[in-house]
Amino acid sequence: MAIFNLTVNGKKTKVDVEPDMPLLWVVRDFVGLKGTKFGCGMAQCGACTVHVNGEATRSCQIPVSSLAKNAKITTIEGIGETQLHAVQQAWIEEQVPQCGYCQSGQIMSAVALLKANPNPTDADIDTYMSGNLCRCGTYDRIRKGIHRAAESMKTGNAGTGK
Amino acid sequence: MTKNNSRRDFLKSTALSAGGLILGFNWFGQEASAATVVEGIANEAGNTAFNAFLSIQTDGIVTIFSPNPEIGQGIKTAFPIIVAEELDADWANVKVVQAPLDTKKFERQVAGGSGSIPHSWQRLRKAGATARQMLVEAAAKRWGVSASECSTEKSFVIHTASGKKLGYGELATEAAKLTPPTDVKLKDKKDFKLIGSTVKGVDNQALLTGKPLFGLDFYREGMKFAMIQRPPAFGMKLKSFDASAAKASASGIEVVSLKDKVAIVGKSTWEVKKARDLVKIEWEKAANLESSDDHNRIFKELLDGKAEVRRKDGDVETAFKDAAKIVEAEYQCPFLPHNPMEPMNFFAHVREDGVELVGPTQTPQNAQNQTAKLLNIPAEKVTVELTKMGGGFGRRLGTDYVLEAAELSSIIKAPVKVMWTREDDMSGGSYRPAVRYRFRAALDKQGNMIGYTLRGAGINAGNSTRQDNFPAGAVSNLLIDSAEHKSPITTGPWRAPITNFLAFAEQSFLDEVATAAGKDAVQFRLELLEKAKTAPTGEIKYNIDRMKAVIELAAEKSGWGKKKKGVSLGFSVYFSHASYVAQVAEVVMKKGKPVLQKIYAAVDCGIVVNQSGARNQVTGGIVDGIGHAMYGNLTFKDGTPDQKNFNAFRLIKMNEIPAIEVSFVNNGIDPTGLGEPALPPTGGSVANAIFKATGKRLRNQPFIEEDQKLFESVS
Repeated sequence: MAIFNLTVNGKKTKVDVEPDMPLLWVVRDFVGLKGTKFGCGMAQCGACTVHVNGEATRSCQIPVSSLAKNAKITTIEGIGETQLHAVQQAWIEEQVPQCGYCQSGQIMSAVALLKANPNPTDADIDTYMSGNLCRCGTYDRIRKGIHRAAESMKTGNAGTGK
Repeated sequence: MTKNNSRRDFLKSTALSAGGLILGFNWFGQEASAATVVEGIANEAGNTAFNAFLSIQTDGIVTIFSPNPEIGQGIKTAFPIIVAEELDADWANVKVVQAPLDTKKFERQVAGGSGSIPHSWQRLRKAGATARQMLVEAAAKRWGVSASECSTEKSFVIHTASGKKLGYGELATEAAKLTPPTDVKLKDKKDFKLIGSTVKGVDNQALLTGKPLFGLDFYREGMKFAMIQRPPAFGMKLKSFDASAAKASASGIEVVSLKDKVAIVGKSTWEVKKARDLVKIEWEKAANLESSDDHNRIFKELLDGKAEVRRKDGDVETAFKDAAKIVEAEYQCPFLPHNPMEPMNFFAHVREDGVELVGPTQTPQNAQNQTAKLLNIPAEKVTVELTKMGGGFGRRLGTDYVLEAAELSSIIKAPVKVMWTREDDMSGGSYRPAVRYRFRAALDKQGNMIGYTLRGAGINAGNSTRQDNFPAGAVSNLLIDSAEHKSPITTGPWRAPITNFLAFAEQSFLDEVATAAGKDAVQFRLELLEKAKTAPTGEIKYNIDRMKAVIELAAEKSGWGKKKKGVSLGFSVYFSHASYVAQVAEVVMKKGKPVLQKIYAAVDCGIVVNQSGARNQVTGGIVDGIGHAMYGNLTFKDGTPDQKNFNAFRLIKMNEIPAIEVSFVNNGIDPTGLGEPALPPTGGSVANAIFKATGKRLRNQPFIEEDQKLFESVS
């Protein structure tokens, strides 16, 4: 066991855990944020996607001890704390979720995509999002949601997170 | 308590202590067992303690309790829509609360068989309409007018002549004192406003902001975490284990055996997972360790051996003797895991005075009854709370993972959450059964199908046919039978059980027969339906006109019969779970490979309750159907599945889906379910279009493995 000082969604948090514990389980079991999901445990499904310093990261594969000291971790709970993020809003407008379990990861990937590429084509979206599986088959609406979010972020009508 | 229908539908109301109206079926005055656990929607704790489908508070808020498990099928939105429609409630002021299991208040709290909507349609309407009528009577009384002079709109009663209005909240307490009417009038369907509109999922905001809605998210202060090591192969059992290294790995680690399994208990997921890897377990053989090669041999034996006759019409032997042409083909489908994105998990707390169960289950009542049986206590001592489910696809119709949690909690005498890893889930043994089908069709000189036989050979599949499905009734001489091999590899219902692969085989084979007869695929099916209508053979258990209507709608929408340059079309139609779905798949050739471009779906599920939910179910079912037909495969070596996680088991990805256009038949018939019916016809429409495009007939799933060269570099 060892003490780790983390910054999660802008808040400083101290956890006392095994150094090899993946960030996923630190966030879920110790920080108490359950929005980040466990799906496969081997970076194959994307359900556990969070941002580490703004980069989409599979939290099931990141031992907490491997995080840089000042790493900023953002989870689904942190992207739209004051106002829904444009991507969350677009997900509601397009009625994206079915069971919804994979959608935190989908949204975290989509937010990262739009940050890197504010005007993605369908092909850009397909490529970037191909690591996020959805068993309910909501892919078409995810794609539409990303286009919608891209539009609203351009017009400045929606939240873009912090 | 008797299960007398009139009594079960008896409606009662009561005034809330704080004012307001509570109305419910099967009111027996008992307190509900527990408040809902799902954060963010449970601010009605005072109301959940009453027996009710709906309540109206003095501030006008209408709370609707949704009893059935929400698995992604949208029932938690659809049920309240039906109640709110008949109540004429203002949807903006409706709150929806997931009800826990309560066999006294609710019937059939099940997510399965696409049965929730058809089963509850009338009951939900009646619940809303009864409350509406009581509110109208209360207003009429206050105004001193006749109830017939009043109308309702958006949670107001309106006196039409004077324009006077009273809100439901203001009337609720008075209304609750009235005797509920027994002969309430339901709305004329043409007056529906909410039903048939596009309504957003009630949980979406909570979901998309990461609220802890799912079973895996449930946490109780002081609960323990557990994982369970199950036998590594079907046909193996526990011999012995040594837990010393595991117990030494962290303080408080417990290791206990549950019959043929070993449970590891600790304080966090990761700690348990690591300790689990340190338990040294010896397993021993208890039955045959089967491999996929064995199954292929067994299929051949079953297809050539004895079988149980499921349906026999006319004289098949003579028909085939007289045939001008005989078509024969075999189709095969592999085992499949369900792979819901949320792995299995359940919380159990076995106490002296009762058992608390919380988690994702499609059958809470089975969970209750079987837990009671396991622990030898009365069922009413077991409470079950329903969390949202990260998919199910039939996997959570089983109760194995619930019983494990209950048994473990009873042994360690503590509240515990049992969690499965993806590997546990994929090798955990509730698979779609593997099946091989043998078809034969006899054609006369004019290309009429005069004989038809189907033999189903399944591994733990039960009856792998659906003997009364189309084309039964349309063929004068027909024989359908099935044979089964009992295997240690356990199987269970998988979204659209049996038909999820039978439909592919049947609809592909009918295409083969149409081709052999030199007939158009749509025309061939319509001719068969005409025969079933004018000269039926035996019993017909599908509605000919409804099937015909979806065939014609799909043909019309897709431009069937009109030439589209470079586009090949494949047709398929299926009746399952009381709904009818026809599909046309469009395939184009890109760099010499077939690419699925679009699917047109024509759907008859009667009245569409929620446009948004219904469309999502249809497109989701089609994507599911494509993904598993194209890529899904679970093979075995010595009783162990070769694929244990998503690195080896291929789920469909975003870049692999086609465009999907959904059209609903608007016939005003009472609604049927949609969780399953869109999936079965998919494999057939896709395979038939690929045949048109390439001349290659795909008869084995997954397609990608039947002919790797055909699809190389496509995906």
